[in-house]
Amino acid sequence: MTRTDGGAGESPPAALRTEALEQLLTERGLIDPKALDGVITTYETNVGPLNGAKVVARAWTDPEYRRRLLEDGTAAIKELGFSGAQGEHIVVVENTATTHNVVVCTLCSCYPWPVLGLPPSWYKDPAYRARVVKEPRTVLSEMGLELDHDVRITVHDSTSEVRWFVLPERPAGTGHLSEEQLVPLVTRDAMVGVAKVVAP
Amino acid sequence: MEGIADMGGTPGWGPVHPPRRDEPVFEEPWQSRAFALATLSGRVAYGGVNLDAFRHALERLDRAAYLNDGYYGRWLNGAELMLTDSAILAPGAIDARARNLRGEHVAEPPIPEPAVPDYAPTAEGSLRSVATAPAFAVGERVRAKAMPVPGHTRLPGYVRGHTGTVEIVQPAFVLPDTNAHFQGEHPQHVYSVRFASRELWGADAEPFALTAELFESYLEATS
Repeated sequence: MTRTDGGAGESPPAALRTEALEQLLTERGLIDPKALDGVITTYETNVGPLNGAKVVARAWTDPEYRRRLLEDGTAAIKELGFSGAQGEHIVVVENTATTHNVVVCTLCSCYPWPVLGLPPSWYKDPAYRARVVKEPRTVLSEMGLELDHDVRITVHDSTSEVRWFVLPERPAGTGHLSEEQLVPLVTRDAMVGVAKVVAP
Repeated sequence: MEGIADMGGTPGWGPVHPPRRDEPVFEEPWQSRAFALATLSGRVAYGGVNLDAFRHALERLDRAAYLNDGYYGRWLNGAELMLTDSAILAPGAIDARARNLRGEHVAEPPIPEPAVPDYAPTAEGSLRSVATAPAFAVGERVRAKAMPVPGHTRLPGYVRGHTGTVEIVQPAFVLPDTNAHFQGEHPQHVYSVRFASRELWGADAEPFALTAELFESYLEATS
């Protein structure tokens, strides 16, 4: 549906169709363009993987916080001020030297927005959605993460409103770094489970 | 629901794309507008936020509408489908306006009489509390039903008919299968069920485990 061709040449590109939709809804007072700007600002500037990095750095430096995070992720994440759409119920799983968790949504692209922002392109890509539930070790290798053969992999398919968040392993050699110094090391990809955090 | 959206385990997609550092949130300005429009269109189309109905709209897109313009093109097309579902927009209205924006002179369809569903969520979001005790316990063996689902569902095709172990009893959530069709919230417990890779994919599969969160009515006890 929707890609109908009226016979007068190519269907207009998505950019033009987006503009058309905004016009059609705005001129009838059904949406306010300022509300669109607000949504965009939220996800371009306020909500992103920096939030998750703060959660991880806190968990690495505060064992009591780490315990609370693994026990009730939603509440512990909310302690740091992060909650909202796509974060109603967050479950945190920990990667270690012997266990590796990786997250996907095969049905759409569910993702814990309050801690990671909107998903990156690779996460939404059909190849990732289709393959990581069938051959995760191969997929992770293609993404640049080689896991030892004795590492047990668990793939979490986000088929309900439960959102998964991976607490990456703290890299060796970072014992002298403070919570604030650890934050910039923590990458989005590590918090989905397709990368490890590396020491600076 | 069968269709393009249920991708788990399907072949033919080629290699994955390695992550890029510093990828922008939106690659192009129209994507951010399409994202925000889709977010707000659900309320216009359905009178209240119904994420399940939005997902069902995405699932009903044909292969080209789902894939050709990427993730945000899919959201744009899903928004259009929601708005035509509720007759806020006539079919073809966006296409006609877009053609006029680029200088073609085409007639735009008249604005139809809206038919917005009589819908009001009982609370924000999808978490609900239910009085009934969970039917399955942690450690119990359960089978994902091998049932065809004509409309929306969150039971992926690749787990249907397979047996796993309940790992976590999650809270109750609104049942997508009915909520997407405005047939009530019918909240149910959700279970994180752990499957062995060889149960899902056969003896030659890579060794790993997989969890999926499955609604209670998707599951049956095994003997």
